[in-house]
Amino acid sequence: MATTTQKSSAGRRFALPFRVQFEPRLEVPRWLPLTVSVGAIIIALILGAFALRLSGLTHPFRAYANIAKELFGNWGGISDVLVQATPLILVGLACSVAFSMKLWNIGAEGQFFIGAFAASAIVLAPVLPAETPGWVFIPVMMIAGFVGGALWGFVPGYLKAKFNVNEVITTLMMNYIAIEWNNFFIFGVWSEGGFQMSPRFPRTAWLPRLADYAKEIPQFGGLTLHLGLLFGPIAAVMVWWVLYRSKWGYEIRLAGDNPKAARYAGTNIARNMVLVMMLSGGLAGLAGMAQIGGVVRRLQGAISSGYGFTGIIIAWLSKLNPLIVVAVSILLGALILAGREIGRSGISMLVQGIILFALIASEFLLRNRVRIKRTREA
Amino acid sequence: MDWIIILQAGIAAGTVLLFATVGEVLAERSGILNLGLEGMMLIGAMSGYSVAVNYGNPWLGLLVAMVAAGLLSLLHGFVTIHLQADQVVSGLSLTFLGTGLSLVFGEGLSKAGAISLLPKVTIPVLSAIPYLGDILFTDQSIMVYIGYLLAPAAWYYINYTRPGMHMRAVGEYPAAADTMGINVKGMRYLYTCVGGMLAGLAGATISLAISPGWFSHMTTSGQGWIAVGLTIFAQWNPLRAAAGSYAFGALRRLILDLQGPTKLLLWKNPFYYNPYWGFFLKMIPYAFTIVVLVIGSREAMRKRMGAPAALGVPYIRGQRGI
Repeated sequence: MATTTQKSSAGRRFALPFRVQFEPRLEVPRWLPLTVSVGAIIIALILGAFALRLSGLTHPFRAYANIAKELFGNWGGISDVLVQATPLILVGLACSVAFSMKLWNIGAEGQFFIGAFAASAIVLAPVLPAETPGWVFIPVMMIAGFVGGALWGFVPGYLKAKFNVNEVITTLMMNYIAIEWNNFFIFGVWSEGGFQMSPRFPRTAWLPRLADYAKEIPQFGGLTLHLGLLFGPIAAVMVWWVLYRSKWGYEIRLAGDNPKAARYAGTNIARNMVLVMMLSGGLAGLAGMAQIGGVVRRLQGAISSGYGFTGIIIAWLSKLNPLIVVAVSILLGALILAGREIGRSGISMLVQGIILFALIASEFLLRNRVRIKRTREA
Repeated sequence: MDWIIILQAGIAAGTVLLFATVGEVLAERSGILNLGLEGMMLIGAMSGYSVAVNYGNPWLGLLVAMVAAGLLSLLHGFVTIHLQADQVVSGLSLTFLGTGLSLVFGEGLSKAGAISLLPKVTIPVLSAIPYLGDILFTDQSIMVYIGYLLAPAAWYYINYTRPGMHMRAVGEYPAAADTMGINVKGMRYLYTCVGGMLAGLAGATISLAISPGWFSHMTTSGQGWIAVGLTIFAQWNPLRAAAGSYAFGALRRLILDLQGPTKLLLWKNPFYYNPYWGFFLKMIPYAFTIVVLVIGSREAMRKRMGAPAALGVPYIRGQRGI
């Protein structure tokens, strides 16, 4: 099928001494995808610097260097980056799972919020009394976060499976609904003295931080890294196993790559769609739980720096490989922190947009080999 | 609550959606799905407002907004048409890019003072029609009238003109269009750009006419995505798109007005006495978009009609396509 050669007519029209040809590749060299991903990030950082320069920041590259030193030069910085990476790993996994089946779950942000809400409800409703010990509290909150997110993912998944409703738009609309839903509780039901936040959770509902052990190990003083960091890598291994080692995962990937083949093979695509959206939503919901249990320790409005959307970039940068998601999340966590340091609210979004554009544009190079052919003797 | 005022303001709010939706209809009819509407609208709103603040001329702002969003959409065009990238992902990156750009360059713009806006116009004879005259032709922004003209014009263009027919051919069966000598890639670039320019126009219509100002990403608050949903509901027909847009505009306005009065019909107004319930009202447009999508998708299933056949599929000459 794919045997045709795309010819650029540039050679003929402008009479250049060479001709650029694109030939479809049959095999992609192993080193190429990684090179392309790294290249995309570098290009995005350079273009982002230009945008910063245009918007009035005088020395963008110097700012980059300073921030890199600040973030990776000491344990405090590294801990802060890992705290950012904690929810990102989980939402990155959430997006990877859904994208493996070509389900465009753009709703990780909303699922994150509902996960945070459901976990808070355990504490604030209250489902469990405040004196519950931590080893009960935290697992129950994790389950609640996962279930909340899964329910939020179920709706678009069901609508897609049953009525073929475009999931891009439904998941997005569910984001806005989730945020308003949370606002109702933050401003109204659970508002603490009229402030736009819930009361602080009891101590047993906090995910333990490194700083909590500063008495025994003084080096941990001031480090905000919390237990939630472990959720991501564990989930990554589980998701990897499901996607690449289990029969169900094979069905998912088959439905993503070739829905017709999946149908002929007799897999239940509709059921898998719903289940995948629920798994994806659940992972994002768990990220929301980790964020409120480990960082803010109460329900409030500003708990996400657009994590759900960054998850999309992470999934794409890691080519949907759950294990690579972990590494990429750390990088993007640093990017989000850097954006805050620079003080331009949109800059990390901008850089993420360029990364994604550069990535999908360069996929052309993965699919095609560039040949430069001489057309005339010089 | 005054129904006339709600409908009047609803038409104005709906005009924004109308521009964006008609633009998306044109792009999708030529086979290019552009999910970047939200980003392009933000770019339009920001650049239009910025130019109006700095040069004092809203018309110039409108022009710049269209050019800026059009250029951004060409990036989507290049990546999807020439580099054959996935249109969903490219559209998403366009949203990120547009949102990021407009936030970075719109920094500080929200503090800009009063500016001259696009004029409001009352049409002499038509405004005398009872009810309809008050709703449609009295003290409306000039953009609203452009909206009245745009939707039927686009409908006529798509269905009854030769270039419109070419556009449909490119979106339904590009290989056949190509054999007929129609420039498939050129047409797709053209309509992607037109769609982008209309999205920019929609954005500038917000910031320069309907609800003036720059409120960072809250300026559009998801209307770009609602427009993508409306395109499906409209079944790629500009007239249905217009009807849907105005209905949504009226809904948005109604929600604002529901929180004001102490009494709703005969009962105490719960939204007045419990202000927090307003958050549920705010969900309505988004929930309604989902409902509308379900209706649209079911209807499409039943009538066995749907999106342009080549929507989202890159065209490569000589390769077996759809």
